[in-house]
Amino acid sequence: MQQTIKHKKKSVINYNKWGYYFVAPFFIVYIVFSLIPLLSTFYYSFFEYYYHQVRGEIGPNFAWFLNYKALFADGLFFKYLGNTVIIWIIGFVPQIVVSLLLALWFTSTRLKIKGQGFFKTVMYMPNLVMASAFSFIFMQLFSNTGAITKLLTDGGIIGETFSFVDRVWPTRGLIALMNFIMWFGNTTILLVAGIMGIDDTVIESAQVDGANSLQVFYRIILPLLKPILLFVFVTSLVGGVQMFDIPHIFTRTNGGPLQSARTVIMYINGLLGPSKQIGLAGAASVILFMITASISMILFFIMNKEELEEIKLERQRRKEMKASWK
Amino acid sequence: MFKKVLLTLLVIATAFVMVACNKDGDNSGLLVQKEGDVLVIRAWNTEFQDRFRAYYPGYVKTNTDGTDLLDDGTIVKWVIVANDNNAYQLALDSALAQQENAAANDKVDIFLIEADYATKYANDRFALDVIGELGIRESALANQYQYTKDIVTDKDGILRAVSWQATSGLFAYRADIAREVLGTDNPTQVQAALSDWTKFNQVAAQMAAKGYKMLSGYDDAYRTFSNNFSKPWVDENDNVVLDQKVLDWIKQTKEFSTKGYNNGNGLWSEGWQKDQGPDGDVFGFFYSTWGINFTLLGNSLADPDAPKEVGNGLFGEYRVVYGPESYYWGGTWIVGAKGTDNPTLVKDIMLKLTANEVIMEQITRDVEDYTNNKAAMTKIANDPTYGSAFLGGQNHIALFTGAAENIDMSNASPYDQGLNEGIQNAMKDYFSGEATFAKAWENFTNIIKEKYPELKMPAAPAEPK
Repeated sequence: MQQTIKHKKKSVINYNKWGYYFVAPFFIVYIVFSLIPLLSTFYYSFFEYYYHQVRGEIGPNFAWFLNYKALFADGLFFKYLGNTVIIWIIGFVPQIVVSLLLALWFTSTRLKIKGQGFFKTVMYMPNLVMASAFSFIFMQLFSNTGAITKLLTDGGIIGETFSFVDRVWPTRGLIALMNFIMWFGNTTILLVAGIMGIDDTVIESAQVDGANSLQVFYRIILPLLKPILLFVFVTSLVGGVQMFDIPHIFTRTNGGPLQSARTVIMYINGLLGPSKQIGLAGAASVILFMITASISMILFFIMNKEELEEIKLERQRRKEMKASWK
Repeated sequence: MFKKVLLTLLVIATAFVMVACNKDGDNSGLLVQKEGDVLVIRAWNTEFQDRFRAYYPGYVKTNTDGTDLLDDGTIVKWVIVANDNNAYQLALDSALAQQENAAANDKVDIFLIEADYATKYANDRFALDVIGELGIRESALANQYQYTKDIVTDKDGILRAVSWQATSGLFAYRADIAREVLGTDNPTQVQAALSDWTKFNQVAAQMAAKGYKMLSGYDDAYRTFSNNFSKPWVDENDNVVLDQKVLDWIKQTKEFSTKGYNNGNGLWSEGWQKDQGPDGDVFGFFYSTWGINFTLLGNSLADPDAPKEVGNGLFGEYRVVYGPESYYWGGTWIVGAKGTDNPTLVKDIMLKLTANEVIMEQITRDVEDYTNNKAAMTKIANDPTYGSAFLGGQNHIALFTGAAENIDMSNASPYDQGLNEGIQNAMKDYFSGEATFAKAWENFTNIIKEKYPELKMPAAPAEPK
C-alpha cells in the first residue's frame, strides 16, 4: 500500500491579486471615462445625428460614410486644420531654436553659467499656469482698449488704429507666442537632459581633433539628440493639433477675424453647440485621430531609418544562419 | 488575523465617511408641502432676479448660498447661464430633455425666454398653457400689450408665456453733445433732426466735423433694421431669407466705419460700455426700454459706488427720442415649464409680476422700465409730476405709450439668435476692412452651417453700395 504522500502546500504567499485590486480603480475610471467615449465617438461617426431647432432630435440614423463625405466636400475641417498647423508652426519653430540654444548654453563646459537652477525654474513656470487663465490675461491686455495696446500706441510703436485682435496675423502671432512661452521651458529642460546624456569623451576627442563648436553641434550633438528631438516633435505636434483653450478664450470663442484662429478642436466644439451634431463631430474626431497617428508613424520611421534597417539585417542574418544549419 | 480585522474596519470607516458626507441634509419638513419645496428658475442674467427680489410680495430673504426663501417655505433656486453663443438655449434644452426623469426638486419650474427664441419654446412641448393649465384668467391679462401675447401664442391659439415689459426701441443721445453740435438738447427738435435715415446720416457727418462719433460700434443700429424685416429670417422650408433691411444695415455701417463715424466697438464690449460714460465721445446709443435702467444708467456714472444723482458722471445728461425708425429690441417672457411640480406658485408669480397694476406701476417708477400694463403706463404718461431723474426730468414713458401699441413681432423665428449673432460676427471683418464683402458672406455661411446645419443659405448677394 502506497501512502499517498500529501505534499503540504508550502504557503508561498502570493500577493499578485492585490496588485490587480489596486490597479482596478484606474482601469474602471479609464474604461468609463475614456475608452467608452472613444469607442462611441467612432461608433456615432457613422450615424446621422443632430438636433433640429424646430423638429427636435434627428437620428441616430445609420448613414455609412455620409458624415465623412460631408466633411471632405465642405472643406471647412481642412481649412481649420490649416489654421491649427500654421499657428503651431509659428510657435514651434522659435520654440525649438530657442530651447536648443538655451540647452547648449546651460550644458556648455566653456560658458559655465551660474544659477542654472534659478533660470530653469523661471523658464518652466509659465507651463504651470492654467492655459485658460493665461489666455484670458492676454485677451484683456491686447484688446483694443487693453493695457499693452495702449502702451504701445502711446509709445508710438504701433499706429493708433492698429488692432491686435481684429487682424489675422497679429491674432495668430499672439496665440503662437502664448504657446511658445508656455512650452519652451519644458523643451529646454528635456534637451538639457538629452545633452547631458551625451558622453563627454566623444565631444572632447572631437575638440582635440580640431572641431569647432558648430561642427561639434552638427556632427555630434544633433545626431545623438535625435531620440529626444523626435519625442519633442511628436508630443508638440499632437498637442498643437489639439490646441483649444488658448485660441478659444483669446478670440472670445469667435475664432478670430475671418475665423483665422479657429482650430480643429474649436470646430468640433462648435459642432456640439445648439445643433449638437454628434455624428459630424465624431467623423471629424476620427479623421483628426488618423492624421495624428499617421504623422507619428511617418516620423517614427524617418527618424529610426537606420535602426530599423539594422533590425531588418539582423533578422535576415538569423534566417540565413538557421537555413545554413538545416 | 488582527491585521485583517483592522484593515477591514479602516476600509469600512473610510467608505462610510465618503458616503455620509455626500448626503444632503433633508429639509426639516415642518410644513405640509402640497407642492414641491424647491422652485427652479432658469435665466441668463440677473434682471429678473432683481425684479423678483424687490417686488414679489412672497419674497422673504436671500440665503447665503444664493437661493431665496419665500413666505410659504419654498426655496427658490436660480440657475443662470449667460446668453452668448446660444449657451443658455443649449443648457435649457438639456434640462428640459431631462424634465420627466428629474427629481422633484430639480425639475425646471420657470424658465425665461427672449424674443430671439421665444417662438422656439412657446409651444406644447415645453410650456404650460397659461390660461388652461395654470388657471390665469384672460381678464387678468387684459391690460397687457397685445404683441406680448401674440408672439408667445402657439399655432393653436394657446397662450404659453407672459412678460412684464414692453420693449419699444429708442435712441438715447447725450444732451451735452447735442447742445454743442446741434445747438439744442430739446428732444422734439433733436427728433426732427433724426427723423429718418437720411437725416440721421447727415447728423453723423455734423458730429464727425466737431470730432464726435455718431455711434459706438458696428452693431448698435442692427436691431433698428432687423426688427423691421418684412418676413422672418427663416421660412417654413428651412430657407434663410435675406431681407433688404440687412443689406441696408451693412451699407450704412460700412459707410460709417470708412468715414470714422463709429469707434468700431462690439456690442457689450468694454469699449462700448466705456463709450457711454463720461470719457466717451459718442453722440448716442440705440437702446430698448430695459436698456436704460439695466445698462445705460450704470455705464454713465463716473463712480459706480457713489449715489446715482446729477453730478455723478453723465447722470442727467441723456435724453431719449424715437430715432429714425420705430423698432423693438428683445424682451423677456416667463414660461411655466411643462412638468413643473409647483404650478400654483408659478401662477402666482406670473400674476403678481406681469399683471398686477400696482406692482407694475411701482416697478416703472423705481427703475424706469416700461412695464406691460397699459393702464399703469397711461397713468404715468399723464402724470405731470413724473420725470426720470436720469433722463434730466424727461417723461420717457409718455413717449412710448404710443410706440408700444405699434410693435409687431410677427416676423420672429426660432433661429433669430444664431442668425443675428452670426451676421454681426461675420460682417465685423468687412466693416473693419480686414475682409472683402464676399469673404465675409462666406464666413457667415460657414458660421450658420455649424450652428444650424438644417438651414439652406441663399446665394451670395452683391456688395451693398
